[in-house]
Amino acid sequence: MSRTRTPVVAGWFTDDAAEEDFRLLGTRCSGCRTVHFPREDGHCRNPGCPGGELEETPLSKRGTVWSCTDGRYRPPPPYVSDPGVPWTPYTLVAVELAAERMVVLGQAAPGVGVAALPVGSVVEVVPGVLDEDRETGTVHTTWHWRPVAADGDAS
Amino acid sequence: MRGGASSVKGDVAVLGAGMHPWGKWGRGFVTYGRIAARAALADAGIGWSEVRSVVGAQTVRGGYPGYVAGATFARALGWQGARVASVYAACASGAQAIDTARAQILAGLADVVLVVGADAAPKGFFAPAGGERADDPDWLRFRVLGATNPAYFGLYARRRMALYGDTPDDFALVKVKNAAAGALNEYARYRTPVTAEEVAASAMVADPLRLLDICATSDGAAALVLCSMEFARRRGVRDPVRIRAVSTVTPTFPRTVLDLPDIGTDSAVAVDPSPESFRASIARTAYEEAGAGPADLSLAEVYDLSTALELEWYEDIGLCGPGEGAKLLRSGATAPGGRIPVNASGGLASFGEAVPAQAIAQVCELTQQLRGRAGQRQVAGARVGITANQGLFGHGSAVIAVR
Repeated sequence: MSRTRTPVVAGWFTDDAAEEDFRLLGTRCSGCRTVHFPREDGHCRNPGCPGGELEETPLSKRGTVWSCTDGRYRPPPPYVSDPGVPWTPYTLVAVELAAERMVVLGQAAPGVGVAALPVGSVVEVVPGVLDEDRETGTVHTTWHWRPVAADGDAS
Repeated sequence: MRGGASSVKGDVAVLGAGMHPWGKWGRGFVTYGRIAARAALADAGIGWSEVRSVVGAQTVRGGYPGYVAGATFARALGWQGARVASVYAACASGAQAIDTARAQILAGLADVVLVVGADAAPKGFFAPAGGERADDPDWLRFRVLGATNPAYFGLYARRRMALYGDTPDDFALVKVKNAAAGALNEYARYRTPVTAEEVAASAMVADPLRLLDICATSDGAAALVLCSMEFARRRGVRDPVRIRAVSTVTPTFPRTVLDLPDIGTDSAVAVDPSPESFRASIARTAYEEAGAGPADLSLAEVYDLSTALELEWYEDIGLCGPGEGAKLLRSGATAPGGRIPVNASGGLASFGEAVPAQAIAQVCELTQQLRGRAGQRQVAGARVGITANQGLFGHGSAVIAVR
């Protein structure tokens, strides 16, 4: 069966981008420069904003770990998981983005545990798969945070 | 502070307090709420027909009757024509119900107001309302991230460990303290003392937090009969417990601490964040309204959704400086008999959370303590108490009561 790749939420990250170009997508207010993620398309939430247009903007690819934890138990719906398959814990990481001056939550890439994500360490956003519906052939894509190796490319 | 013994403008009296024990009883929230309400009325020594207003803290788990909780409780007690209101503010619902009652009393709209909150909680994680709702942050955090409430508690706990050097052993000591207190409370769900070893041996839920670090979800109900100082005097109650401040503040932009159910914080690109955290502003607002400060407190009831969060509250309500929560705990200051006992009721660690009832239950505990009727849990000479709590979606909740 052919599989359809669908973002879990439309417009939150670049679709069909190569890994190195993958970014979260927020909106930036043209009036006060405030960035919103998840994207805010209706109104800028800065009460002192003089008013402006909200324009789509890619967020920084890299940030530093604000904190992390993991989910040792299966979350309730609408999280999608197969109750017939033993639960595999995953890691959640909150990442501080310096340029945007904000913290964004996300799942860590598969296999990355809390020990690999000390507070303050550098991570980057990469494309990932959230769940897969075998009956309809739909793969829901998402974003993941992955540690940047200390000796890695510093770009 | 202004003397507890004399009343000041803005005080309302707590005439009665009542609770239904916390647990998993298999009955509906209306049953629990009615029992708590009748207990509060009996404690106040007044008849139901004298109540001129009913304020219900809503539950989102009881269908329509839960959304119109005030009317639901009024009907369960028997329609008698009182005005009614229902409020919802997640974990802060109870404080908003108290605040609504207080405003009606101070505005002269009603002399006597009954406040009730009750819940019948499902087993396991709280989950969002059903349906496909991509515009609801609470739905999105579950759908996209599987981020349960304990996941957020885990993030905060690890952040404390990295910033302040807190350890899982520190967190476990909070549970040990609160379980010992809860063992003495007939309304608590868990009444067995817990050891640090038992906390450490319990299952990991959201690293670094284990099962015994995280509060359960419970059935329970709490109610208060509030009245004007004048009404209390007419009833011959010369020295009632008084509610002197209720804080229901919201955050200020930009909010830079990730909070339930958010996936991202506000951006501080355009506006520098306030040096004061939202939680600290909740307590500060209550202190300002009461003309009191942390040094005046005899006791505090804070929202220990997790053990680590209790330490954070110590700092946020001004019992110690940032990062000093674990040190304060280890000094014994927040234990029974200490300088400032915290969660003498046993806290959420011993109760489990019954969302709309919990902030009201905190005030029930202050009431019994300030009356000197808390039995084995009694904080000697209690004169001033604070409750503190925070509801998701930006709800502050703090109450200061004096006697």
